[in-house]
Amino acid sequence: MEHIRTTKVEQVKLLDRFSTSNKSLTGTLYLTATHLLFIDSHQKETWILHHHIALVEKLALTTSGCPLVIQCKNFRTVHFIVPRERDCHDIYNSLLQLSKQAKYEDLYAFSYNPKQNDSERLRGWQLVDLAEEYKRMGVPNSNWQLSDANRDYKAAICRCSQPLSGFSARCLEDEHLLQAISKANPANRYMYVMDTRPRHRMQSWWATQKDIGRIIVRISSKIWNDEKIRESDGKKRLNAMANRAAGKGYENEDNYSNIRFQFVGIENIHVMRSSLQKLLEVNGTKGLSVSDFYSGLENAGWLRHIKAVMDAAIFLAKAIMVENASVLVHCSDGWDRTSQVCSLGSLLLDPYYRTIRGFMVLIEKDWISFGHKYSERCGHLDGDPKEVSPVFTQFLECVWHLTEQFPQAFEFNEAFLLQIHEHIHSCQFGNFIGNCQKEREELKLKEKTYSLWPFLLDDQEKYFNPLYSSTSQKLAVLEPNTVSFNFKFWRNMYHQFDRTLHPRQSVFNIIMNMNEQNKQLQKDVKDLESQIKQHKNKQTDGVLTKELLNSVRPESPALKTSLCLKEQTLLPVNDALRTIEGSNPADNRYSEYADEFSKAEPAVVSSEYGVARMTC
Amino acid sequence: MEFSELIRTGQAQAELLRGPEMPPLRGTLCVTGHHLLLSPGPQATPDLWLLLLRSVDSIEKRVAGDAGTITLRCKDLRVLQLDIEGVEATLDIARSIEALSSLESVITSFPFFYRPKGLRLGEAWHFHPPERYYKRIARETRAWRLSEANEDFSLCPSYPRAVIVPRAVDDDALARSARFRQGGRFPVLSYYHAPRGTVLLRSSQPLTGPQKLRCAEDEELLRAVLAEARPGARGFIVDTRSAQAAKQARMTGGGTEAKAAYPGWKRLHRPLERGRPLQESFVRLMEACGDPEQSMDRWLSRLDGCRWLSHVKEALSTACLAAQGMEWEGACILVHGAEGTDSTLLVTSLAQLILDPLSRTMAGFQELIEREWIQHEAPIFLLFLDCVWQLGRQFPLSLEFGEGMLLALFDHSYASPFGTFLCNSEKERCLCEVRTRTHSLWSGLNQPKEQRKLRNPLYVPNPLAIWPSVEPQSLRLWQGLFLRWTHPPEPSEVAWEKVWQIATDQKTEGSQPTDSASEPQP
Repeated sequence: MEHIRTTKVEQVKLLDRFSTSNKSLTGTLYLTATHLLFIDSHQKETWILHHHIALVEKLALTTSGCPLVIQCKNFRTVHFIVPRERDCHDIYNSLLQLSKQAKYEDLYAFSYNPKQNDSERLRGWQLVDLAEEYKRMGVPNSNWQLSDANRDYKAAICRCSQPLSGFSARCLEDEHLLQAISKANPANRYMYVMDTRPRHRMQSWWATQKDIGRIIVRISSKIWNDEKIRESDGKKRLNAMANRAAGKGYENEDNYSNIRFQFVGIENIHVMRSSLQKLLEVNGTKGLSVSDFYSGLENAGWLRHIKAVMDAAIFLAKAIMVENASVLVHCSDGWDRTSQVCSLGSLLLDPYYRTIRGFMVLIEKDWISFGHKYSERCGHLDGDPKEVSPVFTQFLECVWHLTEQFPQAFEFNEAFLLQIHEHIHSCQFGNFIGNCQKEREELKLKEKTYSLWPFLLDDQEKYFNPLYSSTSQKLAVLEPNTVSFNFKFWRNMYHQFDRTLHPRQSVFNIIMNMNEQNKQLQKDVKDLESQIKQHKNKQTDGVLTKELLNSVRPESPALKTSLCLKEQTLLPVNDALRTIEGSNPADNRYSEYADEFSKAEPAVVSSEYGVARMTC
Repeated sequence: MEFSELIRTGQAQAELLRGPEMPPLRGTLCVTGHHLLLSPGPQATPDLWLLLLRSVDSIEKRVAGDAGTITLRCKDLRVLQLDIEGVEATLDIARSIEALSSLESVITSFPFFYRPKGLRLGEAWHFHPPERYYKRIARETRAWRLSEANEDFSLCPSYPRAVIVPRAVDDDALARSARFRQGGRFPVLSYYHAPRGTVLLRSSQPLTGPQKLRCAEDEELLRAVLAEARPGARGFIVDTRSAQAAKQARMTGGGTEAKAAYPGWKRLHRPLERGRPLQESFVRLMEACGDPEQSMDRWLSRLDGCRWLSHVKEALSTACLAAQGMEWEGACILVHGAEGTDSTLLVTSLAQLILDPLSRTMAGFQELIEREWIQHEAPIFLLFLDCVWQLGRQFPLSLEFGEGMLLALFDHSYASPFGTFLCNSEKERCLCEVRTRTHSLWSGLNQPKEQRKLRNPLYVPNPLAIWPSVEPQSLRLWQGLFLRWTHPPEPSEVAWEKVWQIATDQKTEGSQPTDSASEPQP
């Protein structure tokens, strides 16, 4: 709390970032220990969690006040105008402090209290149990100890980090382990080793390392031959260089028997970070033309990276399904690209992971427990900005692309993905805090924080996909098509808070409502039928059914509830309709036309909208 | 003339290639007067009707050894490849197709021979004449009348016999105004926006020429429009050319309304591409869509380069501008470009869809097309359909028709067994007796068996105006059309079927909840 200097500022304006009419909402800004809250004159509340803030900027003072721009990790961008510069400065400084915490213990999860007792909390944490999951997959069995395998196939997905082979190092134990993995799959005599990094990067790296190698060889022979002068110094230098040279590597096919080596070309975290940055710059531009949008999309390369991840996962799935070969996946460290590829591959192969619960398990298994560095990648703490990267966001986007291509294959909908994305950054729950399992245990997260999953399950109606067909045999293994046409800009992610771009409520909700009503009505019909039957049985003569029906109607509790229910379920549809479809032209960019109308003088008006000339 | 004279070889053995996933289909290829068909042999399923010959856009032939290949590019964007046995046969078939597909005469076209079971000739032809629309307007206002000044197409060959004009203007004045407008297309009512009492008019450019000629009756017509709307009402002329292009048009006898001559009217220029640049844009888009192997960067750069979505954006935002003028500014809007036959129709019809809930129903949409798109040039109608598709995507509940309807309209507009899209004007249509000798597309589409394909199961009448977002992030490539043949979206069709199931369950079991949801909101 010591960071908060001003808790409340009145007469603050909230601008829409895409509207050209400078339309704004006036309201009051509140600063709490965890949130920034804006309440406009219609009592509509906008909550911004401090942990979500990626960037706060104070722009140059204008006549109407001091502009404060806040960019969030969930892709919300808000533009406030604070009347007094002093207030703006105070809020700015407070937010700078509050949005970057130095210690884990200061994160929201450690103070968040959803009013659950300890046993409820513990049950929440036990909801997703990896030991259960491995049991489900059918391991450990005679071939597999606790590790990773896929139930339906003899082949397995394995993962590791890169071998520290340098340019020639070998490790016999490693070679034996790989051989063991390969042999555990009796169906195929070879296995794949997928290096998820792009070949050209490894090769250019390799080229530079080879030079070092030659130098080292030369130095060593020189040392050996040149009268062993300053032997100790020389050895020290040699070791250091050798170590550095051995920092990276990939398996040499000659050293391992029966492996097939494959590069799949996913770029590293730094490339991904700057790609997203470029993407956000493009789509945040006011008055963007179609042409700028597409050339921006191309330059950002974001969709190209998404396609690369997807292609890698497909390669993996095909190797397992078609060739029945086990696959060992690695990148450099084995927690970014490897997690992406393994989890997506599992998603393609196993329908279980496409259910709401299964998806949670998948995230626990392939991301959390295998040490994806959430805290560093999401920038939870004030740390090295070079460690931040949207690796997990990319995974969610790949899943979204799959849901678009296979509308019936997933139990969950887009809202579920957005909600998970919200919480990897929110630090409201303990699941994504820390960088690895060890760190999480040291932080005692299970004792001090809550798990996200039970909260999502409580709300699961919101996340159901009404089109889901769990039985469809055709959708057992997904074979997505990755032609370029299939990759689209995910508007509902990157513009989820920009109302003027119509991030409309998905059709899913409406269908879901219909579905619910259908079910309710069917139930009502059954109830009524059984009641009629009961009445019939009671009435010995069995006549007067017609009157009976009439008499049943007024006080039938089933009917009454069904009517109430109908109203309740219908209302949201109706309401949603009004808010979705009753859009306002003033929200859109063709609206500056209004100014042209009000101008009395004929003039050449060059609006940013294009050629808007009036020559009357 | 007999078709048989044009058919050099009626039959040949051929193989149809059906993409990488399906095996090729062998059979006997037959050329008839109107169709190309492939009969897979006696034991197999019925003949596969390949296509109407009129829909063939271009034909390529190659021969090698004693076989040949014909590649047909169709107007519905399909590409068919046929391997044919025998060099002579290949060349003969290619020549027959060329000759038959390029027949100019309307009355030898297939609609004049098409007699399906279950449909009666003359049905649904009088379903949507302007008279019908006038009845609707007459209920709201007395300011407009139905004029039959164009009864014999003497004023304007491209207008229907009856048009809706201000009551205060007589037929003589209309005749004079017609002479002052290119092609005789004088300002007529396109849509009456009852909630605000404002109107949408369309016309062609005035023939002011380099001498800046004027026409008192034309000026009077537009003055009367404003006077009838409301005292002191204002009007806007949305010119679909740039200010410079409009000025240049004077050199060739065209021009724009002079400010002084039309008090109360202001001019806005919103340049929209049409004709050749639009056609090129479309061709380049199709080239990009035909290559599944291209890299992501190449695809995005081609999507950008073809500028098709820019045209969609411009068309939609100009329509929004016109609609906004009527709805929010209480102004009357006149739309024209040069001839007033392409971009003009695009803007007026889209503006109606945005404002008028009735035009978003199945019947209303058919009426709109019948009224506005009496004639069209190739890609501009497609651009219109694309814009409608974008509206439907942004407002998934507000259109009664679905993507299937738009696709059907696209197909039938190029080659159709029905007569609705034949000829370029009402006049020609009368000469060819289209209405009595062919079937109407609407009677075909309104058959019950077609409904599931064409309707939107989620439709709920929405009394409000639908204002689309025109930001590039909100516009999407219409994959269902442009990638229909290269990359069919199969799983989504299954999903669509499921939506239908859920929605129809709802309607049969529920006590018509859609009705209660449709009450107008204040």
